Amino acid sequence: MSNFFKDTDIDTSQAEAIVTETLKNCDDGELYLENHKSESIVLDDNKIKSSTYNSDQGYGFRAVTGEVVAYSHSNDISKQSLRKSSENLKDTLKSKKGTYNHEIPKTNSKYYENINPIESKTFDSKIDLLNSVNSYLRSKGSIVNQVTANFLGEHKSIEIIRSDNQVLKDDRPLVRFNVSVVLEKDGKKETGVYGVGGRQSYDDYLKDGSWKDVCDEAFRIANVNLESKPAPAGEMKVVLGPGWPAILIHEAIGHGLEGDFNRKKTSAFHNLMGQQVASEGVTIVDDGTLHQRRGSLTIDDEGTPTENTVLIENGILKNYMQDRLNARLMGTKSTGSGRRESYKHVVLPRMRNTMMLSGKYSQDEMISSVDKGIFAVSFGGGQVDITSGKFVFNCTEAYEINNGKIGSPIKGATLIGDGPSILKEVSLVGNDMKLDPGIGTCGKAGQGVPVGVAQPSILINKMTVGGTKL
Amino acid sequence: MIRDQEFLKDIASYCIENSKKLGATDVGVKVIHSVSENVSFRNKKLDESNRADSFAVNLTTYIEKKKSSINSSDLSKSNLEKLIERCIDATKITPSDENNSLPDKDLMSKEIRDLNLYDETHYPNDKKIEFLKKVEETASTDEKIVNTEAGFTENKNNFILANSNGFLSGYKTSNFSSSCVAVSRINGAMERDYEFGSTRFLQDMMKPEEIGKIAADKAIKKLGPKKIKSEKIGVIFDKRISKGILSTLASAISASAIARGTSFLKDQINSEVFPNSINIVDDPKIEKGLGSQNFDSEGVETNSLKLVENGILNNYLIDTYYGKKLNLKSNGRSGGTTNLYFENGDLSFKDLLNLEKKFLYITETIGHGGNIITGDYSVGASGYMVEDGELTFPVSEITIAGNFKEMFKNITLANDLEMKYSTNAPTLLINQMTVAGK
Repeated sequence: MSNFFKDTDIDTSQAEAIVTETLKNCDDGELYLENHKSESIVLDDNKIKSSTYNSDQGYGFRAVTGEVVAYSHSNDISKQSLRKSSENLKDTLKSKKGTYNHEIPKTNSKYYENINPIESKTFDSKIDLLNSVNSYLRSKGSIVNQVTANFLGEHKSIEIIRSDNQVLKDDRPLVRFNVSVVLEKDGKKETGVYGVGGRQSYDDYLKDGSWKDVCDEAFRIANVNLESKPAPAGEMKVVLGPGWPAILIHEAIGHGLEGDFNRKKTSAFHNLMGQQVASEGVTIVDDGTLHQRRGSLTIDDEGTPTENTVLIENGILKNYMQDRLNARLMGTKSTGSGRRESYKHVVLPRMRNTMMLSGKYSQDEMISSVDKGIFAVSFGGGQVDITSGKFVFNCTEAYEINNGKIGSPIKGATLIGDGPSILKEVSLVGNDMKLDPGIGTCGKAGQGVPVGVAQPSILINKMTVGGTKL
Repeated sequence: MIRDQEFLKDIASYCIENSKKLGATDVGVKVIHSVSENVSFRNKKLDESNRADSFAVNLTTYIEKKKSSINSSDLSKSNLEKLIERCIDATKITPSDENNSLPDKDLMSKEIRDLNLYDETHYPNDKKIEFLKKVEETASTDEKIVNTEAGFTENKNNFILANSNGFLSGYKTSNFSSSCVAVSRINGAMERDYEFGSTRFLQDMMKPEEIGKIAADKAIKKLGPKKIKSEKIGVIFDKRISKGILSTLASAISASAIARGTSFLKDQINSEVFPNSINIVDDPKIEKGLGSQNFDSEGVETNSLKLVENGILNNYLIDTYYGKKLNLKSNGRSGGTTNLYFENGDLSFKDLLNLEKKFLYITETIGHGGNIITGDYSVGASGYMVEDGELTFPVSEITIAGNFKEMFKNITLANDLEMKYSTNAPTLLINQMTVAGK
């Protein structure tokens, strides 16, 4: 039974009837219902700065025919509101005629438990832990200038009602715990940020004092940056560390392989299917099925079970990531990549956990092969221009490499490259693949969704480093 | 249709009364209703139509100096009752903070001026479709344009802000916006550019032909970019991105960054931060202004401020909480700046381009490479080379880097300010930045 129609003037079968009637001349569509609870508790400047609880519920009603998407959403779940949305969709598509595709794969897999992380840890114990983080970090000495720590937890229940009463459901927990520390020494200030998270309860990430590891890592990064000198400017060799630096893959390759940009031929990759787009040792997948990972989903936001999609195999472009609309128009199947930020947003093909798989080289071999270059260990964010293929990301921890040896830390700098050619510049792929700690959010068309990344260490022959030192 | 003030007031009052009943000593609440209709086109065909009808309640309860908040989209009284209870429960066990409080009563906004922020005209979807057809037709006349996308959004908004000191006020606003993205191609390589217009009143919207033409011309002009060699050079920021310098300033002089000690402009009040020719204004009371407001997000009266005068930093952006930390009164900037702009410089656009033999002219930056704590700046960029005052060839896959403290002191402004966004700047030159390329 649906919980969404409790306390409303409409029941499930009436809603199903409206859906079936609205979509009868459409190729696809659904009524997507969502209940979203979230909390944010922030410690900053020695105080609990804010504690906020959000409760949001609503529906997004979608009708698709040909290439046209009609969408109407509201947080008023009522007969009148749904009827109004229905009229609106029918009016938009009145001159179109489609045939509804009833086929949608089913799954018995589950990649996370239905727990509500907000309720599974008491408010008091969250406050206590934030205060412990503050005193633990400040006990490291007077160079600690500022400490910020926060809990972000959410529980999202979704229900998808398709034409002819097919109903698909999912319950998704998600947490994130972040620590940021500002250190000051000799008038110089630097920040270090670290966080952990995924689709489990807070304590799965923080128990047995492991929250101290998060603090230590943030402190270590800030400390390294206090010693940093100006970054070099120009083209040089770049060694990327394992794990989170895979946002390079996400920006440079991932977005360009999303189905919509390729159907519309606006991606720099749209005519490269089956071709060599990366060095031979490079294999990249987008996997929605990893247990408890931030980017994992049991079913996507159209109800399709997720999968492990091979994007690039040994350098050859194999697949795009697809939602139902783009898959239909491109004559292929959804890869379970149809996602939306909330009921307020239309579905788009998106990444889940994007990973470059391990090769055979050690990180030491990479570093010792570089005469002059940089070693980038951690990044802030990145961005890509899908059409020109140019992408950037910002280093938050990096070192210079001189004559095969790691040298001084360097200040944060932007690295810029060209998506379709960067993977051909990957000359060595490491044997140390690592997942990121569970902190990524990807933005596209104004919608943010949680994602993961992973990669081993890699050596890139040539990239432009945007420092200030010529 | 957009719900009226009485409806929103009723909910706001319900929240305040119930919170007080359950033990809140102070309460702040905002109730919002917005209706938005969007139509988008791609390659001269309808692509998407989207209607959004959204309610929101944001409630903050205080028990003495303890504070907690809830947000919800469900305005039913049964739901609100449960959430208020939850909010009060959380407030009781949240540690107190001596700076938590509602704004001082004497700072609250007393009267609402009609700033002409609401146009009740409804632009039906078939009109939007006609408009977008014209946009795309103009955008796709050149055969080098291989893809066009265009969108039109109409937004109507009504809100009430209230607190337990008796403040209860709000008003309607509207927004019409239209955009066009054009993709150009030559020899298999593509470039993308756009044009965008946003207004309070429908009648002030740019002509569709103008939007389409600008997007297409810009996308074509970008074709065949080169990567230049790394060098130190003067960088000119196009008006589209020069406003970003003001957004950085706004973050760096927010009372929160100053109070937390995390701004590169900490302790710079009353010192020269820009060249002495530069004045920066934040004016909330501009008629039809995209950033205009009668009061800030706490209900505090908001007036025009000269943030920077003759290069000297005069004001921080102050809200109640961080104001108390800094021993300063709120100046009505909770929620940030309003209509923020540089006053015009002395040089024409053409004269600025002719100041030196060679400049780099940037039309787009990508990445988030600004650090407010250290002032370090490094972003990806694309644009054109300027030689002898003329744009000679497009440039891409480069970065520009510097430090805001230095960059601010080396700004020269042109006199071509336009009020197109809520934050606006004329074309500006920053003398000597590091460009990394080949």
